[in-house]
Amino acid sequence: MSAMSGDDIRALVQPGRVNRRLYTDPDIFERELAQIFGSAWIYVGHESEVKNPGDFLATRIGRKPLLLVRDADGKIQLLHNQCAHRGSMVVASNGGHTSEFRCCYHGWTYHLDGRLKAAPLLNGYPAHFDPKNPEFAMLSVPRVASYRGFVFGSLAEHGQSLEDYLGFMTTSFDDMVDRAPDGELEVAGGVFKHTYKGNWKLYLENLCDAAHPLFVHQSSIDAARQQSDEVNSDGSGEIAIRQMRQNGAPYSFWEENVGIWSYPNGHSFLGDYHDDAKLVAALNDPVFRDYIAAMEARKGKEATKKVLEVRRWNSNVYPNLSFMSQFQQLRVVHPISVNETVVHTYNYRLKGAPARMFENTISFANIVNGTGSLVLTDDLEIYTRIGLGLSSAGSEWLEIGRGYAGDLPAEHGGRRGKNSTSEVYIRNMFDAWLGFMAQDAPEEASSARPARVPSPHARAEARQ
Amino acid sequence: MTFPQRAPAAMQPNAAGGAFDAAECEQFLVHEARLLDEGRFDEWLSLFTADCRYWVPSEPNQASPRDTISLMYDDRRLLETRVRRLASPRIYSQEPPSRTSRMIGNVTIEAADADGCTVRAKFQLLEYRRESQRIFGGTSFHRLVRGGDGIQIAWKRVDLVNCDAPLEGLVVPF
Repeated sequence: MSAMSGDDIRALVQPGRVNRRLYTDPDIFERELAQIFGSAWIYVGHESEVKNPGDFLATRIGRKPLLLVRDADGKIQLLHNQCAHRGSMVVASNGGHTSEFRCCYHGWTYHLDGRLKAAPLLNGYPAHFDPKNPEFAMLSVPRVASYRGFVFGSLAEHGQSLEDYLGFMTTSFDDMVDRAPDGELEVAGGVFKHTYKGNWKLYLENLCDAAHPLFVHQSSIDAARQQSDEVNSDGSGEIAIRQMRQNGAPYSFWEENVGIWSYPNGHSFLGDYHDDAKLVAALNDPVFRDYIAAMEARKGKEATKKVLEVRRWNSNVYPNLSFMSQFQQLRVVHPISVNETVVHTYNYRLKGAPARMFENTISFANIVNGTGSLVLTDDLEIYTRIGLGLSSAGSEWLEIGRGYAGDLPAEHGGRRGKNSTSEVYIRNMFDAWLGFMAQDAPEEASSARPARVPSPHARAEARQ
Repeated sequence: MTFPQRAPAAMQPNAAGGAFDAAECEQFLVHEARLLDEGRFDEWLSLFTADCRYWVPSEPNQASPRDTISLMYDDRRLLETRVRRLASPRIYSQEPPSRTSRMIGNVTIEAADADGCTVRAKFQLLEYRRESQRIFGGTSFHRLVRGGDGIQIAWKRVDLVNCDAPLEGLVVPF
């Protein structure tokens, strides 16, 4: 199949609808990996996961295995996890601490910043090989940058800076970090890894969808509403049960009390969903009172009030990151194939907050967003059903037009829905999608290669 | 093995008391597995004490359900909610429903006192749903006590061999 042109791609996105092939076509998927995951800023980890020189963490961009490393100078490095010799993946563990990286195949070793340190039997190599040349290394990803501890990498040499790419969404990260009395977050409490048989784009498309809970989550809404609060509890389900009940709010709630905002590069957030008073019963909850006291002691009353007044629910950073400041939860979407996705869900500890705050974070994740939770399991079912539904040959176009006529311009170059049931954030993601995807694909090197070439090895000059 | 960290009241001296033997414990675990396989979740719930804990850790050797996420961690209130949801006609993640088959083996009593005992067992679980089958296996721990109608579960911990793997949704309890 010949490569699609930019015009072919543009024809797949129309006002208020997209072609089904965006979720089913393996060629489009490969192009997404090359042109979106191959150039956008992709979240790769948090600085707290590599606190000290020598700390490293296995991560990835798209399907590429990478290492996030704190080098000897304390600088963050993002390296391709590939030996310069025969291509073996150098580090097989999920993370740890080391003074150097050593390939287990022939013992080539590397500095923490990826430079080749030593290799045995360095003799007889041809002229091009120079162990001092930085090309012979565990190569760095072209660009790596952090915003307030959140580390992103980009496989493109050039492009917008991270801050320009995030734009107004930096304020959602601020919201997350500013909720820590000590002004710092720490990844803690393990990782949920979910998988579903559907396209990677579905996950973020669902997370700001205010019109789905009433249907998809009916089983947990009913079960939580019928649950007696009089039976024994260690308190760990408190907030989750409130959340499940709240998911059953009628359309009028979503249309009158909740908003959706979207921004350039495909980002968006759902705002005003819950204030803390609804979810943690702020004034009555002793843990939250202690938390507010810790905040006020560090930041003062006014600043604390300002921080806690921000009422954002899910913030989506295109293409594959979503987080929620109120429960310090962050999800990274990993595309595996056109119809298979893995999502990693992390939690953050607010430094300086009472320990019980983090217990709330954990129990909220378990019951609402966990692999065995009462809520997310129905979302995973929907993603898989979309995958199954699209394997039929039903309608060619998928509708993303809800609220289309009511979209309004917003500050900071944004667009907001008239209310939260608008699909403006999905349309906005596809605007970004087109920006990446409609560029004509670079010519594949293989097409320019002659069918037969004489062996270059036979006449190479050996390096003495 | 210390779980839960705060001992539920039911683990305090219980009038019926008395020693458990391994055969009795094994019979109880087989009965529990049968209730789950047959989808008799209300009856399964009734095996638990009023202040039970039910725990499926997300990490091997996980020390606590409080500072680390779990695949499932329920107190009595959440376990009731979980079981009630399983009976909902709108639980789409069970449409079609799973069919399961459990094998219990290698049952040993790890600790015992006048009030009850901790039983360790190996299990394998086949789950079939929507034209595919997955297999789970691992180790379960039950704290068993004497209750009004016989043996009750004060807490249950299920350590899956693949607890930290990427998994599709887990809906049917282990």
